[in-house]
Parts: sequence; C-alpha cells; structure tokens
Amino acid sequence: MSKIRIKTTKTLYGSSGEMLLNIDLEINKGEFIALSGPSGSGKTTLLRILAGLEKSQGEIIIGDKIWQRDKIFLPPQKRKIGFVFQDYALFPNMSIEQNLLFVNRDKELAKQLLKVTELYELRKQLPNRLSGGQKQRVSLCRAMMNRPKLLLMDEPLSALDTAMRTKLQNEILTLHKKFQTTTIMVSHDPSEIYHLSSRVILLQNGKIVKDGTPKDVLLKTTGSQKFSFEGEILDIIEVDVIFIAVISIGQQLVEVVINRKEARELKIGQKVNISTKAFSPNIRSL
Amino acid sequence: MIEIFDKLDFAPFLLSFKLAAITTLILFFISLPLAWWLSQTKSKSKPIIEAITALPIVLPPSVLGFYILVSLSAHSPIGSFFEDMFGVKLVFSFIGLVIASCFYSLPFMVQPLQSGFEALNKNMLEASYIVGKSKITTLFRVALPNIKPSLISAIIITFAHTVGEFGVVLMVGGSIPSETKVASVAIYEMVETMDYDLAHIYSAIMVLISFLVLLSVYIFNKRVKI
Repeated sequence: MSKIRIKTTKTLYGSSGEMLLNIDLEINKGEFIALSGPSGSGKTTLLRILAGLEKSQGEIIIGDKIWQRDKIFLPPQKRKIGFVFQDYALFPNMSIEQNLLFVNRDKELAKQLLKVTELYELRKQLPNRLSGGQKQRVSLCRAMMNRPKLLLMDEPLSALDTAMRTKLQNEILTLHKKFQTTTIMVSHDPSEIYHLSSRVILLQNGKIVKDGTPKDVLLKTTGSQKFSFEGEILDIIEVDVIFIAVISIGQQLVEVVINRKEARELKIGQKVNISTKAFSPNIRSL
Repeated sequence: MIEIFDKLDFAPFLLSFKLAAITTLILFFISLPLAWWLSQTKSKSKPIIEAITALPIVLPPSVLGFYILVSLSAHSPIGSFFEDMFGVKLVFSFIGLVIASCFYSLPFMVQPLQSGFEALNKNMLEASYIVGKSKITTLFRVALPNIKPSLISAIIITFAHTVGEFGVVLMVGGSIPSETKVASVAIYEMVETMDYDLAHIYSAIMVLISFLVLLSVYIFNKRVKI
C-alpha cells in the first residue's frame, strides 16, 4: 500500500445550479489531509465518492488496488475504509462494545481502542446514554476497527463544544500516530486544521484551489504583516476631517480610521482584507 | 340466558385467528424484502409498485374478491393446475382464504415496515456497508432491530385487519363451517337469520378483542419510544 491516486469528475446539482466536481489528487501513505472550503464546494461528495457511496467518472487507485476505473467499481464493502460521520451514525440497538465488534470480532483491538479513548468503562452502555463527544469517539473507534487503509471524516467535531473538540483532536492525533492511517478530514476550523493535518486542500466550486502545508494555506499574511483578517465593511462614518470604517471580522466589530481617498474607493458591504504590523500587541488570558 | 351460551360456537373465532396468524406469518416474509427494497430503491418503477401495493386499501373488497375468485377457480389456469397437480381446491377452501387474505392485508404489512425503514438514518446503514456488511446482514442486524415499533405495528395491524375482513372472505370462501366460516361471516349469517342475541354476543367479543389488540399496540409503542 502506497500512494492513493484520485482523478475523478462528477456533475453536482446544488442550490446554485450545476457544478462540475473535478479532482486530480495524489495522496501519500500516512498523510493527514484537511479538506476545507465553503459549503457546497464538493467536500462531502468527494468523501462519498472515495467511500464508494456515490458513483463518478474517472479512477481511484490505492497502491496496486483499483477501486474505480472504467467498468470497475468496488462497492463500499470491499474498500476497507473507515468513515466517521458528523452525526455519529452509531447502531442504537448495540452497546458500545457491540458497535465495535459488529465490524469484526477482534476483541483485543476493540479493547485497545476503547482504552485509548477512555470508553472502556462505558463499553456495556447503549449509545443513546452517551454525550456527543463520547458518541463521536465510539464512531472513531468503530471506523478504526476496520483497520482502514483510508480514514474519512466528515466534519467529525463540528457538533461539539470547544473543550470537547480539543480533547478529541488529541485522541485523533494519538490514534493517527499509533496506526499511521492515511486520513482525510473535512474541517472548517483553522486551529483544528493546524493542530491535526500535515496538508491542507482547499476546494472551491468543485476544484482544488489551494494545496499545501497548513501554514501556507491558512496564514493570510504577506511580507512583514503580522495580523491579517478578512472582513466586511458595515459602515463608513465621516467624523470632522477623518473617516471611520466599521468592519466586521468574524464575530467582532472593529473601527478603523481611513483617509478621504480610501473612503471614496471603499463601499459598504465590500469584503476587505485588513492587516497591520504588530510591534507590541497586548496579550491577556481570558 | 344460559341456553344462549350453550349455542356459542367458538369455531368461527378460532378460524378467524388461525387465518390471521397464518396470513400474518406469510405476509411478514413477503413484505420484508418488498418494504426494504421500496425504502432503499431509487428506481423509476417505485411509484408503480407502491400504487399496486396500496390498491387493496382503496378497492372494494368485492372487486378484489371477484378477481381472486376468477383467477383461482377450477376453470382458471392457476386453479386447474393446483387441482390437477395437488388435488387442492383454491376457492371455497381455507387455502383460498389464506391467499385472498394475503392480497387483502398486504399494504398493512408493507407500509409500516417501509416507513420504518425510510425513517432510519441513512448514514447508519452506510456505516454498516462501509465496514463490509452486505445488504442482507445490514437489514437483519441493523435495520430491523431499529424499527421495532414499526415492526410490532405492522404485525398486529395486519393480524387485526385479517381478523376483521369480511367481503373478500365471503366472496372467495363462502360460509363452510370450520373451513371458511370465520367470525365476521358467522355474525352476518346470524343477522340474516334474525338471531340477534347471538349476533350481539359475537359482535361484543369481536369489539373486545379488537380493542385489546389495538390497546396493546399503543401501550407497547409508547413504552418503546420512552
């Protein structure tokens, strides 16, 4: 098992009309890839194509095994992958342990996985007794029970609170180091991507627009800039001889002084990049 | 009063329940793959199959009974085949009743199962396929155990509906004691012969049993949901 080659196209029908998903990608063994991009850019569809849950044109080759090419289409049952869904998708009729052993009867592996994720004491419980974070850990363990060649995770942590996210990120990292499973994870959270992945792929309108290390893709600064944010101009107010632009960045509003020329060129509602050199920023713990 | 109870013959009730039990058992095995297929398929023929399955709900029992009578009678290819090969009469016999009931009660088994399957989390079924389990294994180990309320409803409603059928039974089976004379037909005959006392008792028993059956369904479903 070495490289994974993906060359696939599929026409998608979304809310914004037709879109062509066109992916040409090579993945090395053991890589942890974060797949990011705006909603509707084809991230989930790409995962589903890799899992064999959806058909597409093109080819998917993993090592010397052909998953898809011409008439060949390996069903999901034969691909040996792990899939972690955002909504956990556990089997409610089975206990945690049974959820794992349903995949295969490897009791040793199940025990090992449950110990790593601190679920061993809860193994006889049914899934509906668990918290969201615990459920997602069971789902992760279940995916690993298949000893997957490729682990796919579709926004696995987006339904969880920040503290639980950090905990699970560490567990995902531990499992990744232990099993060296090639992983593709859909994520929108920059800190999560930075923390976990070795490579980031940014999708937009069905195409790969960026592919690089987390630092290359995530850091938006250029040159000597130290802070750089994307925002939207909400208002431009004239105060005596200067102008103040109100800009929303993420969940926060900031006021920035701009000159007359800038005030003429910028429009309310415009998306802007706002950056500064940070010589002596104040940092205070919350 | 006591004389009336002496006249009570439980054979029609027993026949009704025997018919309902056999019909329910057969329909369960027919409907399970059908409902599963309907819930999972993206085929264009799905609405056609669904419409055919639901037909017995809208058709007058006499229409259904008429067609079954025509196609199973000794003069029909099917009827004569069974008579020649196995010496079995398909109409005015218990076997004929079972066949007719299977058609008549089919939607009551298929529809609850299908809606149960459709309400299942698709990701959960896909998770089962991804870890290497076939559609059959997924059906029995994942899908079926997670639609218990629908399953119980389907079985009990089918059973109760078969106990309550009248028109089809009368057309296909007639009224042969201990062979095709089920409770509903027996009551009809009592009313025709103006034996109102006995009709009262039989009817009251039917009401009581039907109520208890439905009550148990709702109590069970409530308990499962909690």
